[in-house]
Amino acid sequence: MLFPCPFCGPRDETEFHYVGEPKPRPEPAGTVGEADWADYLYVNANPRGPAREIWLHLACMDMFVMTRDTATNAVLGAETPGRAS
Amino acid sequence: MSGFRLPTGGAIDRGRPLAFTFDGKPYLGAAGDSIASALIANGVRIVGRSFKYHRPRGVWGAWTEEPNAIVDVTRAGRTTPNLRATVEPLENDLAVRSVNAAPSAAEDRASLLDSFSGFMPSGFYYKTFLWPRWETFEPLVRAMAGLGRLDAENRPPADAPHFNARCDLLVVGAGPAGLAAASVAARRGETVFLVDDRADVGGSLVHRGGAIEGGFWREWAEAVCAAVRAAGGRVTTSTTAYGVYDHNLVCAWERRASEPDALWRIQPKKIVVAAGAIERPLAVPDNDRPGVMSADAALAYLRRYAVLVGRRIAVATNNDSAYAAAEALAEAGAEVEIFDTRAEVPATALRVTGDAEIEAVFGRSGVTGVKARGATRPADSLLLSGGWTPTVHLYMQARGKLRYDDSLAALVPSVPVEGVVVAGAANGAFTLDAALRQGHAAGGGEGPAPNAPQGLYRVTAHWPKPDAPGRRWIDFQSDVTLKDVALAGREGYVSVEHLKRYTTLGMATDQGKTSGVNGLAAMAALTGRTIDETGTTTYRPPFVPVPIAVIGGRRRGELLNPLKRLPLEAEHRADGAQMREYGGWLRPAWYGPDDPDLAVQRETKRARDTVALFDGSSLGKIEVIGPEAAALVDFHSYNRLSTLKPGKIRYGFILSESGVVYDDGVTLRLADDRFLVSCSSGHTDAVVTRLELWRQDRFNPARVVIHDTTAHWATLTLTGPRSRDLVATLGLGVALDDQSLPHMAFTTGAYDGAPLRVARVSFTGDRSYELSVPVSRARSLRAKIMAALPAFGGGLMGSEALMILRAEKGFLIIGKDTDGSTMPHDLGVAGPRLQRKDEYIGKRSLFLPVAEDRGRKQLVGIETLPGDAPLPTGAHLVEGEGKARRSLGYVTSSYFSPTLQRPVALGLVADGANRIGETLGVYHLGAARRARIAPLVALDPEGKRLHA
Repeated sequence: MLFPCPFCGPRDETEFHYVGEPKPRPEPAGTVGEADWADYLYVNANPRGPAREIWLHLACMDMFVMTRDTATNAVLGAETPGRAS
Repeated sequence: MSGFRLPTGGAIDRGRPLAFTFDGKPYLGAAGDSIASALIANGVRIVGRSFKYHRPRGVWGAWTEEPNAIVDVTRAGRTTPNLRATVEPLENDLAVRSVNAAPSAAEDRASLLDSFSGFMPSGFYYKTFLWPRWETFEPLVRAMAGLGRLDAENRPPADAPHFNARCDLLVVGAGPAGLAAASVAARRGETVFLVDDRADVGGSLVHRGGAIEGGFWREWAEAVCAAVRAAGGRVTTSTTAYGVYDHNLVCAWERRASEPDALWRIQPKKIVVAAGAIERPLAVPDNDRPGVMSADAALAYLRRYAVLVGRRIAVATNNDSAYAAAEALAEAGAEVEIFDTRAEVPATALRVTGDAEIEAVFGRSGVTGVKARGATRPADSLLLSGGWTPTVHLYMQARGKLRYDDSLAALVPSVPVEGVVVAGAANGAFTLDAALRQGHAAGGGEGPAPNAPQGLYRVTAHWPKPDAPGRRWIDFQSDVTLKDVALAGREGYVSVEHLKRYTTLGMATDQGKTSGVNGLAAMAALTGRTIDETGTTTYRPPFVPVPIAVIGGRRRGELLNPLKRLPLEAEHRADGAQMREYGGWLRPAWYGPDDPDLAVQRETKRARDTVALFDGSSLGKIEVIGPEAAALVDFHSYNRLSTLKPGKIRYGFILSESGVVYDDGVTLRLADDRFLVSCSSGHTDAVVTRLELWRQDRFNPARVVIHDTTAHWATLTLTGPRSRDLVATLGLGVALDDQSLPHMAFTTGAYDGAPLRVARVSFTGDRSYELSVPVSRARSLRAKIMAALPAFGGGLMGSEALMILRAEKGFLIIGKDTDGSTMPHDLGVAGPRLQRKDEYIGKRSLFLPVAEDRGRKQLVGIETLPGDAPLPTGAHLVEGEGKARRSLGYVTSSYFSPTLQRPVALGLVADGANRIGETLGVYHLGAARRARIAPLVALDPEGKRLHA
């Protein structure tokens, strides 16, 4: 499989490390309910079909969000959200 | 005797005879032979015994589809099991043995098993061994079942390279269709990869012949190969494309003559599957007798190897393709008679009986005759042609779907798959001109395809009838007969996937290449469904058995998970270091050849008494640089680091978001905007990743960067009461007095024109100096220290001694003295949890109810009772006796302290901090004793030694 690193271009899947599902970190800690924190830690959507996933390209250490179809492994896009340029 | 070699013809070299043995008997073959062709040429008929019934079996096919001729091959004293004799090239001095037969295939002691076939119906494994006990029979059954013998001495070297390649077009199969596709693409300038599992190009053309573009096919084929190469492509023969994976990655196994086999990982923009087709048997009674062979295979043996499989040959067919084979065999001198299941038969000069089915095959150890339409005819061979099965494996692996075409009596591709086109016989084009047209179109060709005379292929499906009498083999390799299929159907195993598992049909090394379609057609007839409704089993890679050594490639032994190595490894070894792996690093464990325990005790004692040199180069050295560096390390760490002054050092933890202690280590503030995070050796990569993720997610990546400098620096640590005196003799030019360089501070200087950092950090509890220099200066600095050590009575120290030193002081190792639930306050470090108002990783989890639980396991010291031996690591601390015994925790570290002259131990114990002074039971592998919970620090609790 080829994954699109925003920095390096298409590279072999073995160079990448899966990080997790993108979700906002609830904070500050003092205002976060236990259930919300548990959701953040442990509850993932894990959809069948298009899924947004955080990946890290271990060769250049660029982190990005890739949309991937979990049923077919088709890569549907990659973005670097919130990156200050 | 049945088969024999013809005096002329074939692609063999009669001038290069090759000697080999089969089941111990010597034979001669010729260069260019396969093992199978050489055996047939020598008149060998029985090449193996069947898997279940030990029936004698002969060669069925001429290539990868072979179900019967499975052999163990010994080459230069090393045996490779379960090779197909039909694909293995003959070599000089090969020793070939039949499998599943003792003493030989011809005289197999277990052949009586066939008489008991009634007791071995489908699924007999599941039925028989419910009673009596399976264990009673297992040794006997195991000895008789199975295929080849494993040679424990055969350890192939890890030398198969893996090649990555990209191309515009990958063509699998260099037969007419594949060549036509490659021709179009190459002439358009595309990079074409043309692979074929045979050693030559041409595919079926090699034995079926043909005229293309008005000339001999080979001239056309060679021009195509030249065009492929001219356009920058490759023609790779002896290469099997065995699997299609995600994103149409194709893996191919190349067998190379004078080099190790290679694995190709090919990323094509488009794939043309032109893999041909495989001839099916007809399910006539006793169709597994030696001498029964595929008609196309007989033609291949004639044309490729100049071997005539028999002198009196009966051919049974339901289609036109067997006629060319029959006529060629007759022309070569055999007496040939055709039995066609169809009433209308093609014109031929041979004797043909239409509307004829083979009713019996005679000859237990080799065909002696056949019966058709009530009459018996003598024959030494029976060729079967039950139609063709397209080789659609790669298309199906790429999520293709099949439909049944009754006019072809074949399952053919039915839906387009992105990036994959199927052409030629693999797509049901069973004549040369049709295959060329399909290949031409598959390559994107416009206009007329390469020209060939119009062909004609007609077939009338003749599927096995479930109620037909006699024993009719569907799967030769797994020994599955039509009756077994019928029985599976009666017992409810009507899905093809169930049929496969229950009867083992299609499960052996040939994966049903000859049997699958006959089996599912029989099941369709049995259940009154169509073939489409019945469906096929799932196609999975690999298409043929691929050696694990090829798939593993060079990633074996140390290269499977390469160790990290110290820059001074050679020097340590020269001084007698015994190297061991610690967290992925190869480090000195202790020095010297004598008893390890003695050596470790000696090094430990010397470090406390005088001074020891320890190589700390593997410790992580991650620089965090930029205006937002302080904010990042604060968020990343449990302990606040932004308050650290430049030149100072702070110890602390980092947590996971679940609040569990993930790593510990010291951080140095090199400058206002520059920190050096020194994490555990084994955690460096993971900590770098964590820092990077949060840097990019939460901070402005332009204002803070992460730079892992671990491999740039060597760190030589001197520890012990004489360490300062020794460092003073090195002439480093830095002030060493405790005012200038107190504990938990560092200073910088120069060593041999390169940067030097001297840090006072201690993992032993003694005064310690970490001297860090660039790797290029490591040898020189080490040599200088080594020269100075004897004057102070000091010496080298390995990791094992350090383990004792730190345990005496209650210093912990994350992952050894902590587990997956340990939070910082369990280790006595509650300050940041109580005081920090800002966010940091894991903070919220530290305030969950679970974090406040009474009875959390806390790290404590454990003292043995006077005179007791050290506790076993992992031993449980318990309360109660007998059935009421409950674990309160366990020993995490345990050593004998040469300084204290008694054992020291650490452990995680429920509510441990409140149990100090309590005596608890210790339970380990059935043995019980007692020990006392103690403060964490066993030696020098006041910390005076740090400044001594």
